[in-house]
Amino acid sequence: MKSAVIVFPGSNCDRDAHDAIEKVTGHAPAMVWHQQSELPEGTEFVMIPGGFSYGDYLRCGAMASRSAIMPAIVAHAATGAPVLGVCNGFQILTESGLLPGALMRNAGLKFVCEKAKLKVENANTRFTSRYEGGAELVVPIAHHDGNYFADETTLDRIEGEGQVVFRYGNNPNGSARDIAGITNEQGNVLGLMPHPERAVDEKHGGTDGLKLFESLLGSA
Amino acid sequence: MTQYAEGITAEIVKEHGITDEEYAVILDRLGRAPNLVELGIFSVMWSEHCSYKSSRAHLGKFPTSGEKVIQGPGENAGVIDIGDGQACIFKMESHNHPSFIEPYQGAATGVGGILRDVFTMGARPVALMNALRFGAPDHPKTTHLVSGVVAGIGGYGNCVGVPTVGGETNFHAGYNGNILVNAMAVGLADADKIFYARGAEPGQPIVYVGSKTGRDGIHGATMASAEFDDASEEKRPTVQVGDPFVEKKLIEACLELMATDAIAAIQDMGAAGLTSSSVEMADKGGIGIHLNMDAVPQREANMTAYEMMLSESQERMLVIMKPGREDVAKAIFEKWELDVAVIGETTDTGRMVLTHKGETVCDIPVAPLADDAPKYERPFFAPEVRAQLNAKDIAQPGHMGEILLKLMSSPDMASKAWIWKQYDRHVMADTTASSEDPSDAAIVRVHGTGKALAITTDCTPRYCYADPYEGGKQAVAEAWRNLTATGADPIAITDCLNFGNPERAEIMGQFVGCVEGMAEACGKLNFPVVSGNVSLYNETNGVAIPPTPAVGGVGLIPDLERRAHFGGLKEGDILLVVGETLGAMGASVYLKTIEEREDGGVPPVDLAVEKANGDFVRGQIRAGRLTSCHDISDGGLACAAADMALASNCGIKLAHEGKSPPMHGFLFGEDQGRYLIAAEKEDAIAILQDAKADEIPVHVVGLAGGTAITVNGAHPLELDRLRAAWEGWLPELMGHLAEAAE
Repeated sequence: MKSAVIVFPGSNCDRDAHDAIEKVTGHAPAMVWHQQSELPEGTEFVMIPGGFSYGDYLRCGAMASRSAIMPAIVAHAATGAPVLGVCNGFQILTESGLLPGALMRNAGLKFVCEKAKLKVENANTRFTSRYEGGAELVVPIAHHDGNYFADETTLDRIEGEGQVVFRYGNNPNGSARDIAGITNEQGNVLGLMPHPERAVDEKHGGTDGLKLFESLLGSA
Repeated sequence: MTQYAEGITAEIVKEHGITDEEYAVILDRLGRAPNLVELGIFSVMWSEHCSYKSSRAHLGKFPTSGEKVIQGPGENAGVIDIGDGQACIFKMESHNHPSFIEPYQGAATGVGGILRDVFTMGARPVALMNALRFGAPDHPKTTHLVSGVVAGIGGYGNCVGVPTVGGETNFHAGYNGNILVNAMAVGLADADKIFYARGAEPGQPIVYVGSKTGRDGIHGATMASAEFDDASEEKRPTVQVGDPFVEKKLIEACLELMATDAIAAIQDMGAAGLTSSSVEMADKGGIGIHLNMDAVPQREANMTAYEMMLSESQERMLVIMKPGREDVAKAIFEKWELDVAVIGETTDTGRMVLTHKGETVCDIPVAPLADDAPKYERPFFAPEVRAQLNAKDIAQPGHMGEILLKLMSSPDMASKAWIWKQYDRHVMADTTASSEDPSDAAIVRVHGTGKALAITTDCTPRYCYADPYEGGKQAVAEAWRNLTATGADPIAITDCLNFGNPERAEIMGQFVGCVEGMAEACGKLNFPVVSGNVSLYNETNGVAIPPTPAVGGVGLIPDLERRAHFGGLKEGDILLVVGETLGAMGASVYLKTIEEREDGGVPPVDLAVEKANGDFVRGQIRAGRLTSCHDISDGGLACAAADMALASNCGIKLAHEGKSPPMHGFLFGEDQGRYLIAAEKEDAIAILQDAKADEIPVHVVGLAGGTAITVNGAHPLELDRLRAAWEGWLPELMGHLAEAAE
């Protein structure tokens, strides 16, 4: 599977994303600088990594969502190809309109880094097919603005459509309905606050994130 | 010769922190009176912060070389060899004064500054640590300072994407007027690609990169070299403001530039900014320097040369390039949207010449700025040695479980999760053990390998106050012990020496005692000092902090499959103590918490025993025999056992025999050089046999099992109750309970 990791000034999980993808797919992803306006030819999977793109200034993900590479990512997503946004990547996806809702400051107003308990709500997506439905995972989180918000109608709709893919076991940030990760309506764009790329290795953070990447491998 | 140049008065000289004697030296070296720019430059270069004028006479006592030392003190950071052509680069630095005045920005820029010291040398930073000391928990400023400092450290480290993996936090009334914020950064590089401040030659372009220069932080180095008084908060404008986003871009851009072989010398702009970075590179290269101040990227209009030279604006670097390679730097820094400008060139004159708006505003020799900086042999006296205090001289309490509960929920011992949960500990995906894990040192894997760095920060200020020499020894020994307890080979240390006003003989005595004790331990444990920082004048209204020589130790775990932690205890495991337990109670956590006294002598460290016991433990770890291993320090055996029991979620049945030491000495004595280890029965027998053969004192002290900690079947403390108290203290102090209830 040919992959690309998007790098913004301030991205800081780009190397982790690169290594996780390489470990699972056997192929190193292309590292795509934000000022490029096209994805490398033949790109199947796009990952927007975590970090503090543009220093989180203005609003997390807001400036990155207007950068040169974004139209290419939006177009790529429209073809039905898989796009994954983690942490700041999730924020960029909501800011760019690829995913519904928004991520607000954590309810506790502090940065939270912990190994979060997650539940797989929908194992029937191309990102989660290798998990058992209802499986409980432990995946690290590290964010200041992970409090997922959407209006009640939107929440009801995404719940009904099976777009809520991951839910927190012990809500760390005040997210509406304990939501940790969602897909778009088509199911090919996933955003989540927890870091699956930090959970692909027994020596660091466990391996509960591995199956997310493995699911993709099978689907692409 | 005129005493003062036009516009300069005795008052202005005094405001620059320059004494009459020092001013006389300046007149002599220049052969004329300095103008304001020159006076400002001398003032910062000769400040305590930059010149180490009170401490230099003693820092030479540290052992600084060894077979694994690539670069000792004198460069931006120390460099050690970790094998396979790789090097580890690290340093610890204080940001005490700014953090007290403006906790968020003070702590944040402390992290930014120490990161620059490490990546300036070509390393990618891979870990951050911090050693924090706050005032008494009930002091009105404490919670405000804790929340500001922690948010500042997190705000900066989280954004630059370097994991904050560990540290230590103490509370003591001695820090009410001066908190300590010591930050440590650790990086990795190829051993043959280290960059230095030395190496510049005449005729090379000087390139400024990073943020623009503003009026922030002017005289920060001078502020850090003076005592506080009630008006210190007025110094808020001299605290710099950090921008971690720029720092992140600066790291990437510098590492990209370093890959091109276009750099002759490089130095970050830290304390005293443009002045110290340019003077240090000129001095180390034995050359002169010419800067065109008009070319300096400026954030504000109408800045004077004086302001530009003394500004401590953050996230700036000065690079001396190989001639003709300026465009390489320009392309890289423009890609990262950072300022880049050629602001001068190196010369063969040995002078520092600055021109601004067509005029020469400074023309002084470089050598006196660095080499002729004042060096004082300040008078000192050693404090009286206190008598040892053994448990047999202290009344035995009734219920040991209740005492243990009180100790484990005391400020020094209680969980610091409220703090470290605000730090990203996992970014870079190489953190094997951080603050959340049951490990005596943080463990960060060397990317792409099976080996790892073990990192710790240690100091026991109450020991250093009671006996500076033994306290200094103990700080180094405890760092060595913590690394050893993970299975690492300790390699070298950095230090951050925090003291009061060195012009007082009592304080200078603390400094000299601590340095000599540390030096002794470094020598005997083959654990040299490769970098460090001195922070003096930590004093408010004449009250000094307890002497606090923080030690940052680094070791190497050759194979991550062979490491130890203290969370693996299983029912039926045998618990053993390596080292002799005599019941030393002087200056202990027990004494402070239970008896509310801080007297008594410090438990001495026998360095030969320390080394023998540690080498034995490391050998047992590598033999794969231990299910858990923990050093015994604050709070003694019982607190070490409590840590192990909580982390493993397994009770411990301790067994105490005989009268010497009495039960409370056995449980809470702080005798040094000890480890609590656990092993299955077969392995425990093998360990005891090895110990006998090697003449290492190892004693069985208990058995794992149950849901409580007990002593001789009595004194029970249920783990659930212990955990609630241990975890609850800091959130309660910080008002977290009220917040959660909202």
